[in-house]
Amino acid sequence: MTEQKITPLKTLHRELGGRMVPFAGYDMPVQFAGIMAEHKATREAAGLFDVSHMGQVLLKGADWATLAAAFERLVPMDVLGLKDGRQRYGLLTSDDGGIRDDLMFARMGDDLFVVVNAACKDDDIAYMRSDLPDGIELTELTDRALIALQGPKAEAALAPLCPAVRDMSFMDVIAADLSVDADMVPVWISRSGYTGEDGFEMSVPADKAEAVARKLLAVEGVEPIGLGARDSLRLEAGLCLYGHDIDLGTSPVEAGLIWAIQKARRPGGAREGGFPGAENVLRDIADGAKIKRVGLKPEGRAPMREGVELFADPEGGEPLGAITSGGFGPTVGGPVAMGYVPLDKAVPGTNLYGELRGKRQPVTVTALPFVSPNFKR
Amino acid sequence: MKFTEEHEWLLAEDDVVTVGITSFAAEQLGDVVFVELPEVGTEVTKDDEAVVIESVKAASDILAPLDGEIVEVNEALTDNPSMVNEDPQGDAWFFKIKVSDMSPMDDYMDEAAYAKFIE
Repeated sequence: MTEQKITPLKTLHRELGGRMVPFAGYDMPVQFAGIMAEHKATREAAGLFDVSHMGQVLLKGADWATLAAAFERLVPMDVLGLKDGRQRYGLLTSDDGGIRDDLMFARMGDDLFVVVNAACKDDDIAYMRSDLPDGIELTELTDRALIALQGPKAEAALAPLCPAVRDMSFMDVIAADLSVDADMVPVWISRSGYTGEDGFEMSVPADKAEAVARKLLAVEGVEPIGLGARDSLRLEAGLCLYGHDIDLGTSPVEAGLIWAIQKARRPGGAREGGFPGAENVLRDIADGAKIKRVGLKPEGRAPMREGVELFADPEGGEPLGAITSGGFGPTVGGPVAMGYVPLDKAVPGTNLYGELRGKRQPVTVTALPFVSPNFKR
Repeated sequence: MKFTEEHEWLLAEDDVVTVGITSFAAEQLGDVVFVELPEVGTEVTKDDEAVVIESVKAASDILAPLDGEIVEVNEALTDNPSMVNEDPQGDAWFFKIKVSDMSPMDDYMDEAAYAKFIE
């Protein structure tokens, strides 16, 4: 077995009693107090997550327009129109219009700060290096940790270290100093996350990450959260997990991610197409896709997890789709799932059946998210 | 009380054995959110899947530790699966099985041997 990589918070995780598991090549905490308790702590107060396994990349070009045009060749998003200090959700599309990865990108001055998934980062970085034009400089920021602070009390916990966060709106990004005891720690902060709650993600120099985490965990109501609750929180928020809900075989339109493709890149837009797989993606935008990602609410208490096949009827017939992620939603208080179904079965309220241990159980197509977001607009 | 390598505890009274999971197993499973119990009257063979137990993280099975007939199940777990985390070696027993041959019980671990097994 290959050696697991570690994050700058490894010592702290062990000290806090985190149960460590291998994830995307990293030794990561799956839980501390327990998934249910951590999930609720995040929804009700604040949770601190180590997401340092994710890839952090800085892109620089001759000027903003040059850099934005270069990045627009890889993503179907409006990069040029992104204002300084703002962040967007993005997708790296494949040549046939599938999804190589999903990511967050932020404009900081004339640079782009990009955060990609841990499991995809080596491929993503190699791909960007080979496909971005000459003159674009890519730096993988391996000397930075990434810490998320999520929940309704996140602002109150972070503001004493950095009052400027009070003025940030959802998807704002700033470079700022965190006052940690006698130290001033230079960080990049975005007001975003992966839980459906208000909150922040902070890119922190690796050697200061533990001090920052300890300072925040010392605040009443801030609890350490593992990957288990991170997954149940994002599932209730209706957010995709790469490799499960979206992958090379799903198109952005099937995945219900058209909202992330701004007008400028759509049919008839100022910079229509011009990204990998544009032909297929633009056709799907114009004509619609044949299948769609939907929320699914299984009846009763039994969770339906990834791979559970969906049927139109209680018996007989061929599967018409499958669950791509599912589990128990602690805030919903019952099982929740997402999956792909044909368009005519994608209307909320449609009754379907999921086959669990050989028995078909009723499932209702449900609007996403399961839990209303709590962002600061 | 006896213990299996599948982290079940077994408590025999006359020819009826009560079956649950150990505190160690409950801790490893994490928050239990769903329990599917067998029907009373079911004849089971050793290693048959008797119970489905789902935690927030994953699904697992509890196997019948002996041949016999399910004579009672703990219905309270259906409505309140979190009992498995709160009192795994007490109130949160899963089922009682009536056995004709108790001799396989001798093959299972006693408390000291189980404590060593999970070290």
